[in-house]
Amino acid sequence: MGSRASTLLRDEELEEIKKETGFSHSQITRLYSRFTSLDKGENGTLSREDFQRIPELAINPLGDRIINAFFPEGEDQVNFRGFMRTLAHFRPIEDNEKSKDVNGPEPLNSRSNKLHFAFRLYDLDKDDKISRDELLQVLRMMVGVNISDEQLGSIADRTIQEADQDGDSAISFTEFVKMDNH
Amino acid sequence: MDGAELAGQILYTWLTLVLGLILLPSAFGVSLGISEIYMKILVKTLEWATLRIETGVAKQSVLKNSASVGIIQRDESPMEKGLSGLRGRDFELSDVFYFSKKGLEAIVEDEVTQRFSSEELVSWNLLTRTNVNFQYVSPRLTMVWVLGVIVRYCVLLPLRLKNFLSEVVHLTCCRICVRALSGTIHYHNRQYRPQKGGICVANHTSPIDVLILTTDGCYTMVGQVHGGLMGIIQRSMVKACPHIWFERSEMKDRHLVIRRLKEHIALKEELPILIFPEGTCINNTSVMMFKKGSFEIGGTIHPVAIKYNPRFGDAFWNSSKYNIVSYLLRVMTSWAIVCDVWYMPPMTREEGEDAVQFANRVKSAIAVQGGLTELPWDGGLKRAKVKDTFKEEQQKNYSKMIVGNGSLKSELD
Repeated sequence: MGSRASTLLRDEELEEIKKETGFSHSQITRLYSRFTSLDKGENGTLSREDFQRIPELAINPLGDRIINAFFPEGEDQVNFRGFMRTLAHFRPIEDNEKSKDVNGPEPLNSRSNKLHFAFRLYDLDKDDKISRDELLQVLRMMVGVNISDEQLGSIADRTIQEADQDGDSAISFTEFVKMDNH
Repeated sequence: MDGAELAGQILYTWLTLVLGLILLPSAFGVSLGISEIYMKILVKTLEWATLRIETGVAKQSVLKNSASVGIIQRDESPMEKGLSGLRGRDFELSDVFYFSKKGLEAIVEDEVTQRFSSEELVSWNLLTRTNVNFQYVSPRLTMVWVLGVIVRYCVLLPLRLKNFLSEVVHLTCCRICVRALSGTIHYHNRQYRPQKGGICVANHTSPIDVLILTTDGCYTMVGQVHGGLMGIIQRSMVKACPHIWFERSEMKDRHLVIRRLKEHIALKEELPILIFPEGTCINNTSVMMFKKGSFEIGGTIHPVAIKYNPRFGDAFWNSSKYNIVSYLLRVMTSWAIVCDVWYMPPMTREEGEDAVQFANRVKSAIAVQGGLTELPWDGGLKRAKVKDTFKEEQQKNYSKMIVGNGSLKSELD
């Protein structure tokens, strides 16, 4: 094992990623070259700084949260597999997939998994509930300094009131899904 | 012994060829037409190679025809449309979808970072260094590629090395260099060539830009002092005509720079100044923000658009990745350097226009002429981080949407 990671993607790895994520051969190759161009340290993994170097992402109000979604719990580096796994959530659903059998494992880019991704953007402490504080945090990230605390608080309260059905003043995943269907 | 004799013979004939076919005609500015023939053969070969790849690829698998320019189809709708609401609508939990979609699109592909790496070609030009997406197709293609390697490294490279060395010593051998690089340059609108006492402004892709422009006229150059081989070249150029070189730290002292430039222009007899307002090399698919400094000096601006044809060789210099020697090596082992240079009518700052607006106006004109896309982003993003003000702008827009105009906290700033 040298200090420089090999820059070629091995065929077996490619096949595994294809099975797991559903991307096509050429899509994986192109995303791999994107991965390597982001990887300035050339060690086969991306750090948070590598993501923040993308200007359009750095100015996105939710940029930090999105970057966090790529990194597994407590880790600072993401390899290509992890990168693809997260991106797979947003792969457009192909026509030939719609009629797949229901008994197979749920594909990564199913609607439910997409909603899960969005839910996790809110739910920082991963307790499967969006508390008022967590909601306020995300709201604050999106509006910056332009709205006062009281106003933001009332927006948060109103949202929880609309969504909360079991009366625990927090939004669970099922309540989140119901809100999205309106 | 035979081997040595044979080698000697080959060397001798090769030297005579070089002398006869390249140096002499260049000295007299006469073209033997070999470059043109070489170009024609090259184009035919590349087209054939592309066809082979395309048929090969069609046989292999049913590949979706992803857009040749981008890997994804981006949704460019503004924030209002993306959040599917009218002004003053309320916040909804699903608003995060818009931002996360935009964020993930940026991760997969963004407008800015791709400008700082070489352009991806739709069809392969038989250089391994551009072969990212094309796989092994057929034995015949591989043979052509091997032949290409032999030609490039054993024929073109030595020819160009020799010619390159002589250029460093004699400044007038610019023509040799261009011919050595198999450079085919088309100059358009030569009546607009920059005059004395003006400022010439162009988009920047590589140090070869300088070479191309000076072949057609003499300029005073303004730029950063480099170390190493570039520094030697710079110093030898200064001996021929007066140039203005700066340290990068000195460049930060904009007033000093502007003062020196103003002094230079005031002497109407001086050669036109050549400036690249982007401040760094961009990969020739777009024009990035023009720094306003050059446009504050006053005087007439002569814009020039330079566009390279990427099929024959990649001229882009990624100075944070390659040093000048490896860059020159890459350039000399490419097929050729083909580019178009458009001289444009002179522009001056209009009444009521500030330097930034003027810079943007010139930038648009160059982008339109050269067929490049225009980006408001700063070329300095190659090395530095983006400013926070852009994020704050996005946040402001979003806040306006969910609360409506009346109740924003500090709207006046």
